[in-house]
Amino acid sequence: MREVAVIGVGIQKWGELWEKSLRDIFVESALNAMKDAGVDKIDSMYVGCMSSGLFTGQEHIASLLADYLGFNPNPAVRVESACASGGVAFRQGFIEVASGFSDVVLVGGVEKMTDVDGGTATYALGTAADQEYECYNGATFPGLYALIARAHMSKYGTTLEQLADVTVKNHDNGSLNPHAQYPFKVTREQVMTSTMVADPLRILHCSGITDGAAAAILAPVELAKSMKKNPIIKVAGSGHATDTIALHSRDDITFLRATAEAARRAFDMAGVGPKDIDFAEVHDCFSIAEICVSEALGFFEKGQGGKAAEAGETRLGGEIPINPSGGLKAKGHPVGATGIAQVHELVTQLRQDAGKRQVKNARRALSQNMGGTGGSALVHILEVA
Amino acid sequence: MLTPSKYWRESPQRYRLEAAKCTKCGKVFFPPRLVCDSCKNGEFEKTTLPDEGKIVSYSMIHVTASNFSDEAPIALGIIELDNGTKITAQVTDCTEDELAVGVPVKLEFRKVQEAGESGVLCYGYKAVLKR
Repeated sequence: MREVAVIGVGIQKWGELWEKSLRDIFVESALNAMKDAGVDKIDSMYVGCMSSGLFTGQEHIASLLADYLGFNPNPAVRVESACASGGVAFRQGFIEVASGFSDVVLVGGVEKMTDVDGGTATYALGTAADQEYECYNGATFPGLYALIARAHMSKYGTTLEQLADVTVKNHDNGSLNPHAQYPFKVTREQVMTSTMVADPLRILHCSGITDGAAAAILAPVELAKSMKKNPIIKVAGSGHATDTIALHSRDDITFLRATAEAARRAFDMAGVGPKDIDFAEVHDCFSIAEICVSEALGFFEKGQGGKAAEAGETRLGGEIPINPSGGLKAKGHPVGATGIAQVHELVTQLRQDAGKRQVKNARRALSQNMGGTGGSALVHILEVA
Repeated sequence: MLTPSKYWRESPQRYRLEAAKCTKCGKVFFPPRLVCDSCKNGEFEKTTLPDEGKIVSYSMIHVTASNFSDEAPIALGIIELDNGTKITAQVTDCTEDELAVGVPVKLEFRKVQEAGESGVLCYGYKAVLKR
C-alpha cells in the first residue's frame, strides 16, 4: 500500500446560494482544490452527495460534474451514505491512490439544499432514518437526536446548559471562519430560549440547511515530495464502520458504536490513540451529537462529554479543541459536502493557515463524519509527514 | 411516498406486532428478517410482540414532517417492550408533563397518518400511558 497525501483543498463561502446551481458550487470548489494542489488534470473522481435527486431532481451527477469540470471521459463515481457521503468519498479516493490504481484523485462532496421548501428538505433528510419503522411513526432527525439527548441527560446527568455550551463554542469558532454560513457568536441564553424544534433540542442546537461543496486532491506521498509540497499532509489512518440505521435497534442509544469502531480502526492504522490528537473536526449535526462523538472517539469517558464541553476542554486553547471551523452548526451542513469540508479544515490547520482560529502547533488531527443517527461513520487521521 | 403495496406489505407488523424468532438462538426480530445477525441462522418462527413496556426516551416534536403537521406537536418515544424489543412509536393521549423515562405504557391500534389528501389512511401502533 502506498502512502497518500492531501495535496490540495478547496471550498467556497457556504450559505443559501440562490444564484448558484449544484454543478456551479461543485465545480467552484473542485477548481479551488486543483489550483491549491497545482494540478491541471486528475485520474478519477469520487463525489459524495446524499440526495441530489430529492433536493434538485438530478441524479447521475458524477458524469455530469466530470463534464462541467472538463474531465470527461475520465471515471467519476458518486457515493452515498447519507450525511457521511463526503467521508466515504474521501476514503474511496484514499483506497484508490493507496492501491496504486490511480495517482491523482479528486474527492469532493456537494449538496444543494435550498431549491426545495423546508418540508421537502425535512423529508429528504429523513430518508437517512428507517422509513418504515421510524419516520412512518413521526420521527424527524431533530426528533431522533432529541431521543438521544434525553437518554443522555437521564443516564449521565447531562444538562441543557452543557448542550448549549457546545453551540456557543462552535459559533465562537465559526465567527472566525470566512467560509461559515453563520459567522457570528451566540450566547448561552440565546440558545436556551431559541425556538423549540424537538424537546430538548431548540433551533440553535441544530445545524442548518446549506448549499455548499468542498473538494480535496489526493496523491501518493512520493509524488507530493517531487512536487515540493511543504508541509506534506499524510493520511495516517482511515476507519469506516456501520451500525443499525434504526436508533431503537441499538442496545444503548447514547453510545455511537459505529463511530467508536471506525475510530478504533483509524487509530490502529495510524498507530496512535486519542491522546495523540491535537484537534478534531466532528459531526455536530446537533449539539448532543458532538457530546456523544467526543465520548465514542475516546477523548472523554462515557457520559463525560457534556461536562468537558462546559469546562471548556473542547474550546480553542482547551485540552482537545473540537470543531475549530465552527462545526456543522456554524459553518453549515450541506450534507454530502461535510465530510470533505472537515478535511479542508484539517489541512488548513496543519498548514498553520487558519488565522485567528489556528490551533497552535497542530501536527496531527482527526475528522469524524457520520450518517443518520450514526448508522455510518468515518474517521480519518491526518498528520504532517 | 406511501403507495398501497408499500403500506400493505408492513401491515402484519403494524396491525398485529408480528415478529420473527430465530429457531436456533431465540433472538427476536421486529420487523422479521431473512438472516439472524447473531447466529446467522436463516429459519424463524412467527411470534407476537408483547404490547406492554416502558419509555426509554421521548421527545415532544414541535416541527414535524409535513404529513404530521396537522397534529403537531407530537410526542415520540422509544419503547422497550416487556420482552426487551425496542420500537419507535408516538405516545398519545397524554400531556407533556406526564412523560418521563421509565413510565409504563401499553401499545394500542391507532390511525398513524394520512398519506396525502386522497391517499390511504395509515394505521399502526401508538403507546398510551398505563395509569
